[in-house]
Amino acid sequence: MVQYGSANYDPSFAALSDATRRGVLEQLAHADASITELAKNFHMTLTGMKKHVGVLEQVGLVITEKVGRVRTCKLGMRRLEQEAAWIERYRHLWDTRFDALDKIVEHLKDKEKADARRKRR
Amino acid sequence: MPEGKEGSPTAMNRTAVERKSDRELVVTRTFNAPAHIVFEAWSKPELFQRWWVPKSAGLSLLSCDMDARSGGAYRLVFRHPTSGEPMAFFGTYREVTPHKRLVWTNEESDQGAVTTVTFQENAGKTLVTLHELYPTQAALEEALAGSAEGLPEQFAQLDELLAGRS
Repeated sequence: MVQYGSANYDPSFAALSDATRRGVLEQLAHADASITELAKNFHMTLTGMKKHVGVLEQVGLVITEKVGRVRTCKLGMRRLEQEAAWIERYRHLWDTRFDALDKIVEHLKDKEKADARRKRR
Repeated sequence: MPEGKEGSPTAMNRTAVERKSDRELVVTRTFNAPAHIVFEAWSKPELFQRWWVPKSAGLSLLSCDMDARSGGAYRLVFRHPTSGEPMAFFGTYREVTPHKRLVWTNEESDQGAVTTVTFQENAGKTLVTLHELYPTQAALEEALAGSAEGLPEQFAQLDELLAGRS
């Protein structure tokens, strides 16, 4: 329900301004892929896809590795760490909230027990 | 990420987050009380406002109106010390099933999530599952990145992490 405004958090978001590049990251999140496979999936020329992958590689969102004649792309550590850091911050927010909720719930429970005792008397 | 499985003592009081899909986030936690008590703390404004805003966020809550009935509206108004203008967060309860389920929309923008909270009671404890569905992947990521902005200690950690990378 509550977000605390939008932040200008990361320069790599420029690399993410393109729908194809976001799609590539999404696909690599599921499995590594070669540039040829990516080009085919996104209906693009090999050269076009190489350019997109190059942009992502530059900001550390993707890494590539050439084995034989095939260049394989996978998510870069930065992407993984960034997502992990986001999730952890979000978890911390909820954890803080829920610690406070815990106290209120305990209080309500005690109150209910006390009320029940009073009624029985 | 989840260290203890359900039922073990470490799972109790642990908040777990899962990114279920590009557009969905799921938060779970078990509370040591029956569902009707936990539900009360989510549906009564005088209780809700005591836990929803973390103290470390530095926000002050100016008002909290919640009409927790199907079709009812909610509106929370905050002030952050760094911005002069109060911020309002508002939306509609799509579904309110006492002690079981709450569904609300977030209507500050068209990028707001639909939040579903379920309460499952088992042996006097209640598993709360909060599910957020965003309209787009970008909206989810924006929310994730901005969600803890008010928690400075966490932000500092992220800055350090990203600084080490670039």
